[in-house]
Amino acid sequence: MSPPMITAPLTELSQALAAKRLSSVELIEGLLARIDRGNGRLNAFLTIDRERALGAARLADVQRSRGTAGPLTGIPIAHKDVIMTEGLKTTCGSRMLEKFIAPYSAFVVEQLAAAGMVLVGKTNMDEFAMGSSNENSFFGPVRNPWNADFVAGGSSGGSAAAIAARFVPAATGTDTGGSIRQPAALSGVCGIKPTYGVCSRYGLVAFASSLDTPGVFGQTAADCAMLLTAMAGHDARDSTSLDRPREDYARDIDAAVTSKPLAGLRIGLPREYAGEGTDVAVARAIETALAEFRRLGAVTVDVSLPNVHLSVPVYYVIAPAEASSNLSRFDGVRYGHRAASYSDLDDMYCKTRAEGFGAEVKRRILVGTYVLSHGYYDAYYLKAQQVRRLIADDFRRAYDSCDLIIGPTSPTAAFRLGEKSDDPVKMYLNDIFTIAGNLTGAPAMSIPCGFDERGLPIGLQIQGDHFAEAKILNAAHRYQQVTDWHRRIPTEFAP
Amino acid sequence: MALSLDEVRRIAHLARIEITPAEAADVRAKLESIFELIGRMRAVDTTGIVPMSHAQDLVLPLREDRVTETDRHASYQQVAPAVEDGLYLVPKVIE
Repeated sequence: MSPPMITAPLTELSQALAAKRLSSVELIEGLLARIDRGNGRLNAFLTIDRERALGAARLADVQRSRGTAGPLTGIPIAHKDVIMTEGLKTTCGSRMLEKFIAPYSAFVVEQLAAAGMVLVGKTNMDEFAMGSSNENSFFGPVRNPWNADFVAGGSSGGSAAAIAARFVPAATGTDTGGSIRQPAALSGVCGIKPTYGVCSRYGLVAFASSLDTPGVFGQTAADCAMLLTAMAGHDARDSTSLDRPREDYARDIDAAVTSKPLAGLRIGLPREYAGEGTDVAVARAIETALAEFRRLGAVTVDVSLPNVHLSVPVYYVIAPAEASSNLSRFDGVRYGHRAASYSDLDDMYCKTRAEGFGAEVKRRILVGTYVLSHGYYDAYYLKAQQVRRLIADDFRRAYDSCDLIIGPTSPTAAFRLGEKSDDPVKMYLNDIFTIAGNLTGAPAMSIPCGFDERGLPIGLQIQGDHFAEAKILNAAHRYQQVTDWHRRIPTEFAP
Repeated sequence: MALSLDEVRRIAHLARIEITPAEAADVRAKLESIFELIGRMRAVDTTGIVPMSHAQDLVLPLREDRVTETDRHASYQQVAPAVEDGLYLVPKVIE
């Protein structure tokens, strides 16, 4: 049997490594060469940890030969640069942390390392995870692997592009308002945001603590299931980490195939999702995908989410409010950038933060500072939390009559670099379908379901109630067994 | 929502972010458009609705009152802009 492609999905690489048809060193050397050739074009990676990656790969091969390797041993992964990796730069895409070396690792990094995964580098992102296009990175935008004139999506754009270009088979991301699902959609890969609390936030540089959720990117739903299983778990260092029994998120995927694997599954179609500026090509791709889900045995039912249109305004109170508080830690005293000249302590803070933060981060801090300032709390933050409850109640009611909710991840495919960068509100409305998942804390994933007339990928979002990850992943997997959108590779990055 | 330049400067100072006079007008215009978006939520009747502060209805866990952290100040201070004798240096604040 010939050695498998190093660009294959993670589950196939895992089998090839287990069968010793491929070594971890071969895999990682091959992928590092792909990164060397292609990263200049995409700007997906900010840091490559070549030496340690190769060292870890050699160790993985030794473990393999001794029979102590697990299914993820020796498989490379990239972490979004908002996730702390001990001894390695963690910039958050910001000038503020341009030279910051993380003094400890995040829980999710520890989990995946404990499963044997090899860290190859850190991926580019919108500064402090604030953005939907990756144009807010201090280190320059990530470009879309399908067409370099277009954005890769954000904020986890580097991770999404790295999967799409087949630089790595796995990458982490964080999702506060769609930052895993939207770049997954725009870059044509899979990405899942699990239920809030399933993956510890310990070691994530905090943006909006009641919404921030670590998750993963992969080529397939089966890959994401395997990664999520390794990465989830209780962690006492995050007070919101849920203490519940460990789950195998691939349990349904591994079940026997029948001709109607989704028989009995009720898919909810929110009538409010019609319109909302959805592009014709996107709507058509979703319709075609729904027909596929019906052929697999699922039934579709109409549901209503009357308050979901308030998600974006609510989010732009809650997220900036929490961000303004979280980002107050960047004061030029304990870590990060400090202005070169200043008159006194107060001036040092003001200049440090003016120089260290980019325009979008400053805007959100200002919005957050305003809504939390004296006399405005009830009218904004408290009000937003009340409307957040109304939105969550809408979903709760919808799940009385359906198991999953399906629709577009984003109203359009990728847009051109610069197209929306001077209009924050236009950019924010791009997250119209993803934000509710963060407000409710429920899991959601994006999978590729087609291309528009320009050849740019379209993403389908599958949402479920709290802890429905396995159900979501299984539905995505069954769809991927009968379609091949997830197997397409951008021409420029074909192996 | 209309914001005055004075309000923009006041918020910027609360947030400890210096804004130059040249930037202020653009910052104001963009903040106004964001508050217009936020305004769509303000008309909703939320009488009696319990605020949802969190995605999970959690009771914050308590832990045993014992030392769990080790002393890592040296490694944490390696990333600080200015330290001396284990202390963070800042401009003089007390005369």
